[in-house]
Amino acid sequence: MRISWSSIFDALLPVIATLAALAVGAVMLILLGANPLVAYGALLEGAFGSFNALADTIVKATPLLLVGIGICIAFRAGVINIGGEGQMILGGLSSIALGLAFPDAPGILMIPMALLIGFIAGGLWGGIPGYLKARFNVNEILSTIMLNVIAVQLMNLLLRGPLIQPNQKGAAAIPQTARLSAAFDLPRLVPTRLHLGALIAVILAIGVYFFLWRTTIGYRIRAVGLNAAASRYAGIKVNRYIVLSLMLSGAFSGLAGAIQVYGVNHFMITDGSAASFTGSAGFNGIVAALFGQLHPVGTIPASFLFGALLVGANKLQRVVQVPAALITALNGLVVVFVVSSELWRRKNARRRAIKELEEKLAAAAAKEISPQPEGGG
Amino acid sequence: MKKFGKLVVLLVLVAILSTACGAAEPAAPAASTGPFKVAVVTPSAINDLAFSQSMYDALLAIQAEMGAENFEFVVSDSMFVVDDASSAIRDYASQDYNLIVAHGSQYGAALQEIAPDFPGVSFAWGTAGDTFNLPNVFAYEAFSQEGGYVSGVLAAALNKSGVIGVVGPVEVGDAKLYVDGFVAGVNATNADITVNVNYTGSFSDVALASEAAQTHIGAGADVMTGSAQMVVGAVGVAKEKGVLWFGTQADQASLAPDIVVACQIYDWAVVLRDIVSLVNEGTLGGKAYALSLENEGLKMVYNPGFDLPADVKALGDAAAKGIVDGTVTIGVGGK
Amino acid sequence: MEDLFTGSVLIGLLASAIRLATPYLYAAIGETFGQRSGVLNLGVDGIMLMGAFSAFYVVFKTGDLVGGVLLAALVGLLMGLLMAFISVTLSAEQGISGIGVYLFGLGMSDLLFQKLINNVQTVSGFPVAPIPLLSEIPVLGPILFRQNVLVYGAYILVPIAWFVLNKTTLGLKIKAVGENPEAADTLGVSVSRIRYFTVSLGGMLSGIAGASLSIALLNVFQFNLTNGLGFIAIALVYFGGWRPTWVLLGSLIFSFVNALQIWVQVVGLPIPSDIAVMTPYILTIVVLVISAQRVRPPSALSKAYERLE
Repeated sequence: MRISWSSIFDALLPVIATLAALAVGAVMLILLGANPLVAYGALLEGAFGSFNALADTIVKATPLLLVGIGICIAFRAGVINIGGEGQMILGGLSSIALGLAFPDAPGILMIPMALLIGFIAGGLWGGIPGYLKARFNVNEILSTIMLNVIAVQLMNLLLRGPLIQPNQKGAAAIPQTARLSAAFDLPRLVPTRLHLGALIAVILAIGVYFFLWRTTIGYRIRAVGLNAAASRYAGIKVNRYIVLSLMLSGAFSGLAGAIQVYGVNHFMITDGSAASFTGSAGFNGIVAALFGQLHPVGTIPASFLFGALLVGANKLQRVVQVPAALITALNGLVVVFVVSSELWRRKNARRRAIKELEEKLAAAAAKEISPQPEGGG
Repeated sequence: MKKFGKLVVLLVLVAILSTACGAAEPAAPAASTGPFKVAVVTPSAINDLAFSQSMYDALLAIQAEMGAENFEFVVSDSMFVVDDASSAIRDYASQDYNLIVAHGSQYGAALQEIAPDFPGVSFAWGTAGDTFNLPNVFAYEAFSQEGGYVSGVLAAALNKSGVIGVVGPVEVGDAKLYVDGFVAGVNATNADITVNVNYTGSFSDVALASEAAQTHIGAGADVMTGSAQMVVGAVGVAKEKGVLWFGTQADQASLAPDIVVACQIYDWAVVLRDIVSLVNEGTLGGKAYALSLENEGLKMVYNPGFDLPADVKALGDAAAKGIVDGTVTIGVGGK
Repeated sequence: MEDLFTGSVLIGLLASAIRLATPYLYAAIGETFGQRSGVLNLGVDGIMLMGAFSAFYVVFKTGDLVGGVLLAALVGLLMGLLMAFISVTLSAEQGISGIGVYLFGLGMSDLLFQKLINNVQTVSGFPVAPIPLLSEIPVLGPILFRQNVLVYGAYILVPIAWFVLNKTTLGLKIKAVGENPEAADTLGVSVSRIRYFTVSLGGMLSGIAGASLSIALLNVFQFNLTNGLGFIAIALVYFGGWRPTWVLLGSLIFSFVNALQIWVQVVGLPIPSDIAVMTPYILTIVVLVISAQRVRPPSALSKAYERLE
């Protein structure tokens, strides 16, 4: 219940690590003939410099947060979901199919239905690796990698065929859908690109926190992740919760895809890669979740900062005209530095735990009562 | 409580950062009399030896014509994420650029929303023929089936095995237009030749394009072609096996000087030159362009290192002439 | 249909599959060592790209093929050491560090390419080297023994990896560290030393996997040349259940179906190209389901080991 210096240090650690990575990036920028101060000034300006910049950052952070909270659930159950890219695509495809099928529906009805169907489609796509793991012992890393590629080809197939914009005909057709009816656009929160999806994501993140820590199902999911064998012994149907956690994880990615369509793009197009639609949020969301220490609420500021980095880095490229490849490399450095900095956070935590224990022991000794051994989970 | 502490710290930090850089932001100087300034957003790398490079080369050519002091340009390449590209387009538009080129058909929907917000800025996008009836949007496309057809005629004339192979990316747009034109050219010259076509499902899978080329050669192809940036993998195989190659979008002869017969080159400078003069006169858009053999935006560039028999080249020239004067019908994309 | 699917077609497909499987094999065998010792390295694709560029650069500048492979191996080794430092010494979360290493390699290889070479170029890579006598064997000869040196190398690697893992003390230590690091530590096996060894070996082999693309199979370099191939290699490690022979089988099945889908398109069977392209990925999962393997991953996989001091 107190904010100690070391916990402030903990919270700042990802920021410090990011700064260290950017320092390495500065050397690269100098080698490329760019002024790092100008470059990083542009990065900050691009991410936070105006209301529009801030809105772009939040818009970028929204899919990261949604994928990230799904990742939190999967990680807590002890499974890794690297199928976010494919799940986002399925969410996008299903939600846009619904919106295109009923162009005259009222927005107030269509938007929730579309987001729901995106959520369900992502959940089903995420449920496949869950089921394969539970029923056939197929490792989820293998199946999610494969399902990502399959989803891309499914997107190509649908955008070339059934979902293609009606006026795209003949050999020169562009593989894109028509624009969704403007009535289906997610409401803008302020006159920028900021849309309702960001708010939905934040509310869901808090909701997932309560789900994981305040409900029986959430408790069981975490129990399975902490110790599957013990959970089984305690009568928890471990396989069921593994499938459930992967489904939920996929569902949040699917929702991210649907929100990307209804909140940002309003149409879909393929260039034969997943990233053109997802912006790699299916992968970056994993990173954001870890930056948020696999806690749904912690993922909120983590996604925001990571989104800021992505948006700001693009601005950096535009201002100092370095190759876009530098941005990708820099992004990688930041991930490596931040994930490595966890070591110090753990060391701090251990030191605090030891200190707390010592204090407890001291207090107990003072009262001359032997301390109760703590029950393990 | 700790979590809240962290949140507060982060938010305070963010606030500090945002105000700090908000103050440091320099005002963009207006440049109405300075050089003509262009910003370009491309989906792949500007050195892809294909679609994006064709635009980059055109910009360099225009710069060489007008002089670096009169024509400046900036590039954001590899903007394959549609959402990032639209941020880039909006950001460039809000600065003092005369023209924003959104070089990818995937950027159209974004442009349609952004252009009305910046009525004083000119936009150009392609490949497409639609200006959305907006007064500040130019559109440009390429009748790539034309060069495809000419290459097809040449390929048929050079073919001995009776089999020709084509490696495509995703079965749409500019690539499909080229491939269909090529097939039409082969069929019009010699209907007995089998043209095998495959699509790799990706613009970037070089390994799959290479393996596809191996398969085509295994199926008997002695002439091949292909479109998009991943075909360099196929060119490599063609070079190794001594199979003839026809390129498109950019000059690929440097990759394999012995086997590249000819390449259809996109010269976007033809379009850019006109757009620049229109913008300078005050017309910001509303016109759609198409590169064609007729306006020399499409050029057949013959590889000087390849010894093309004169009678075969004559066939190609005749086909090109026929397309220009309308006596040859390709049957693809309204041509 | 029958005249389409002749013996010579089958030979062609098998030869294709053997060639296609090469980069997967190098990368997946390398990853197998890492995972057997408990380290999940998701950065394979980025390391491959760095290796591919390094090899290409040497061959482009000097024409020295062996030098190219050596530099690719060295760069891969260094990237592997970096991954080991992050995941072993700093005990960082492995999946995430791998994604970081991947992004770094993806960007860095293209940055170097743009700055040092700039234009897409081709090089003369490893030529086909038929093995005398063996390549004359009917049917099998052309499939197996008319490939280039790096292809042979990948297949020789499989029995070596099997031998090291199953018949040597080193292999025993690697597996012990991956199954029960505490116990291995108690028995005097240095967990970090073993993991450093396996992860840098994996990096080195990933570097060579990249070289096999840029100077043996494709002979070009381009942004994102691997196009996610490293991730498929990781999937194949799981497919193979951490056993080199099964990894080989998985790589061959995946590559054969990929060769088959290209062939199906080339001969013009009326299947949408997208469906054709996705089949190898679907079939890999299906085969795994049917074969109903019950292989358990190494117990300590992706768990950092921190000695309590």
